[in-house]
Amino acid sequence: MSKEKILAALRHNQPEISALPVNLAFERDESINLVEKFRVIAEGIGSKVYVVAGLEEVAALIAADFPEAKRVLSTVAEVVSSAIPAFELHEDPHTYADVDIAIFKPRLAVAENSALWITEDRMGVRALPFITQHIIMLVDKNTLVPDMHAAYEKIGDTDYGFSTFIAGPSKTADIEQSLVLGAHGPRSMTIFMH
Amino acid sequence: MSETIKTHPELAEIFNKDEERVDWHDETLWWIRQKRDKSAHSIPEWEQLRETASQIKNNVLSDLANYLLAFEKNAKANGIIVHWAANAEEHNQQVHSILKVHGIQQMVKSKSMLTEECHLNEYLEKHGMDVIDSDLGERIVQLAKEPPSHIVLPCIHKKKEEIGDLFHIHLGSPAGTSDPQVLTETARQHLRETFLTRKAALTGVNFAIAATGEFVVCTNEGNADMGAHLADVHIASMGIEKIIPDRKHLGVFLRLLTRSATGQPITTYSSHFKKPRKGQEMHIIIVDNGRTIQMGREDFRASLKCIRCGACMNTCPVYRRSGGHSYHNAISGPIGAILAPNLDMKKYADLPFASTLCGSCSNVCPVKIDIHQQLYKWRQVIVKEGYADTSKKLGMQLMTFTLSSPTVYRTAGKAGRWVLKHIPFAVNNQFNPWYKHRDMPEAPAESFGEWYKKNVTDK
Repeated sequence: MSKEKILAALRHNQPEISALPVNLAFERDESINLVEKFRVIAEGIGSKVYVVAGLEEVAALIAADFPEAKRVLSTVAEVVSSAIPAFELHEDPHTYADVDIAIFKPRLAVAENSALWITEDRMGVRALPFITQHIIMLVDKNTLVPDMHAAYEKIGDTDYGFSTFIAGPSKTADIEQSLVLGAHGPRSMTIFMH
Repeated sequence: MSETIKTHPELAEIFNKDEERVDWHDETLWWIRQKRDKSAHSIPEWEQLRETASQIKNNVLSDLANYLLAFEKNAKANGIIVHWAANAEEHNQQVHSILKVHGIQQMVKSKSMLTEECHLNEYLEKHGMDVIDSDLGERIVQLAKEPPSHIVLPCIHKKKEEIGDLFHIHLGSPAGTSDPQVLTETARQHLRETFLTRKAALTGVNFAIAATGEFVVCTNEGNADMGAHLADVHIASMGIEKIIPDRKHLGVFLRLLTRSATGQPITTYSSHFKKPRKGQEMHIIIVDNGRTIQMGREDFRASLKCIRCGACMNTCPVYRRSGGHSYHNAISGPIGAILAPNLDMKKYADLPFASTLCGSCSNVCPVKIDIHQQLYKWRQVIVKEGYADTSKKLGMQLMTFTLSSPTVYRTAGKAGRWVLKHIPFAVNNQFNPWYKHRDMPEAPAESFGEWYKKNVTDK
């Protein structure tokens, strides 16, 4: 009922058709070093960035940075070891409430804002990148794009149930504009760029 | 209704009692405005982005009925249940009935200005439902039993000591705590418990994509995601104007949104909800609540382009010095002042006058809404419709009388100068609103007209 009412009111009140801009191409400085740009922005919003030669360096760095972590799990097979168990699927997302560290491999990395695009199939379960105390992202340099336009060009019309851009640890400045990392989601984000 | 509503000047006067706090509020918001500038200036194509965003939104408004139908069709194909609500009451009923069907009595809610506009919390509480706001700022004002004073920074009017007191009373933290880090940790623990125990979560919607039937929710705290991914039922409430045509348009809007809001390059989370997860129920409520009427007001329909970044508030000299609560509307500041009269012209007749018409709001708006021009136009509509307050009407009439007769004008000028010089106390008192927070100027010895007559002899 309300649907028809709303649509009828819109059809009556909408202005004449105004065209969509066809050109979404913006000027872009092609000389920018994307790795460097990404790193500066990521560190600026509170992420820790390691540029590593290969993923074999990752385990030792995680062990050094998070000596107290109890429950660690990885959705990325390449870094699974005795110290880093593989993610196991439980239907109930609440069972991940005590995860200290979760490791993921995003599909895209955006240099202009350090946002990492990760689709549901790489999350284990949707709640995991948010409920974990600390988040670790393994970013392949080849997945870097300069900006959000380039990111959506790559994303195109891929299908997913859920997907998100994550840029840094969760944060808030709601109390007197003082920045505090670790609002409701991860307290820290560590990025290994390889 | 017989309830008397305090006007913007009356409420601003309350806020202005604490001068130190006003200065702090003013400076904090200006600092955010400066962060926005720094961020915007680092993007050479910024103006082109604004223009593109504006054109996309113009297109959306011009074809909104079709876009909404496409969005509904695609969302349904994705397995989302779509509802339509003509007004706040119907929206609230729909939320309530979804909860009832599932036998749920507690819900966690992330930031949604639409639900503030609809007074959803009050409605649900009246029906025995418990709602917890999960955005830190919103939780703080909820505990204080206040509405948010800013759409992006809900408790920007509060000092950390007051927040410490609230947490001490309601969350059992030690008395006298005022360290933001400690207070945030207290809220994190309290709300984590909430996220883990709630079966229903409500979120707002920043953008809804017609072509794919998905919707995007942006937060820094991760509270929308914590709520939605742990709950059995996810309800997303959106105004009809949240539509954008294609995914690729998000590239434009996500670049503009947070840079305009806080100067951040992007929010921590920009989550794209397309299908419910296995075993979950996902609902979208598409709400009108006066928006189709605003669409019919040619001079004001551009206000529907708003993406709720709050830049117009941060830059507004009146907002910064009067506080969000003085606007007595869910959405405060310049944008609130052009949206509110559409909902109730009489109740919000004061708001379009809460502006200096300096135009700063229009200059920072990421979708190029002509905010200050709309404020000026609303004033004309409000006076014509007879909703302007009496002193304003009398003042205008007196001004018209004075300015239309040279003799009266000259006499009035002379009288004014004489008063300022000889009996300044006649105007330097509380009965003169101009005198509040200002000193009256020193009277010149003569008017320009008198000076001209004396000094310029050749006719």
